[in-house]
Amino acid sequence: MKARVHVMLKTGVLDPQGEAVRHALGAMGFEGVNGVRQGKVIELDLADGTTEAAVTEMCEKLLANTVIESYTVEML
Amino acid sequence: MRAAVVVFPGSNCDRDLAMAFRAAGADVTMVWHKDTSLPDGIDIVGIPGGFSYGDYLRCGAIAAQSPICQSVAAHAGRGGYVFGVCNGFQVLTETGLLPGALLRNAGLKYICKTVGLKVETSASAFTEGYNAGDVIDIPIAHHDGNYYADDVVLDALVDQDRVAFRYTDNPNGSARDIAGILSENRRVLGMMPHPERAADEGHGGTDGAALFRAVTGALTTA
Repeated sequence: MKARVHVMLKTGVLDPQGEAVRHALGAMGFEGVNGVRQGKVIELDLADGTTEAAVTEMCEKLLANTVIESYTVEML
Repeated sequence: MRAAVVVFPGSNCDRDLAMAFRAAGADVTMVWHKDTSLPDGIDIVGIPGGFSYGDYLRCGAIAAQSPICQSVAAHAGRGGYVFGVCNGFQVLTETGLLPGALLRNAGLKYICKTVGLKVETSASAFTEGYNAGDVIDIPIAHHDGNYYADDVVLDALVDQDRVAFRYTDNPNGSARDIAGILSENRRVLGMMPHPERAADEGHGGTDGAALFRAVTGALTTA
């Protein structure tokens, strides 16, 4: 079984990389891009029976820094 | 006074940090990241700059989970002194020994240059060799030094006189120009600039030497 974790900077935390991507898209002529937020996707290959609670604990302790990041867990 | 300097795979300022402590009179032991305990009688632990574990996941995140960091946290919990520089500061925020986090520089670029730092407090073993208000020249070399914490935390740091250093000309977008902060008991200091790179005439500046002399002196007489 697998799980997919999405980690994003929290709303309100400035994302300079996302801003740079937004500027670049504008410079390339793509109009109407009002904001870009860049995050990361982490895929976990898990032993059968691993619970979502266990993955959440992994997020809290390592995969996300909850001072600046939020995360979502998707069990696949 | 006995200091330990932790070496992670990817640390590259460990010897500089050890040299600066030795020049100030400390007896320094290097400690490997897989060690599970600190040597006996250590007064202060130095967490050096560099790119521990290749900055994978987040700067300092993997190092914070290494066996030795559990011992460093226990040392701090017993009231021991800890000094984190650059990547070491990132490790200390990831372990939770210091609040906040270090984000990518606002200008997105790696910055390597000497900057002005204003000493905000002389009320710590690290900064008592300076006067509050002194401006010192110390090099920075980082890509992720943009200090972030929410306003509640920032207000508390200011109210409790825990901002040790501020940039005179903010290079990286840090909240409230913060370059270094102290723990609540003032025994843990984390800072992005590198005082160990301004601790010898050969470095081109010696403004950082007073920090090592102060903390080494304070812990020797303690």
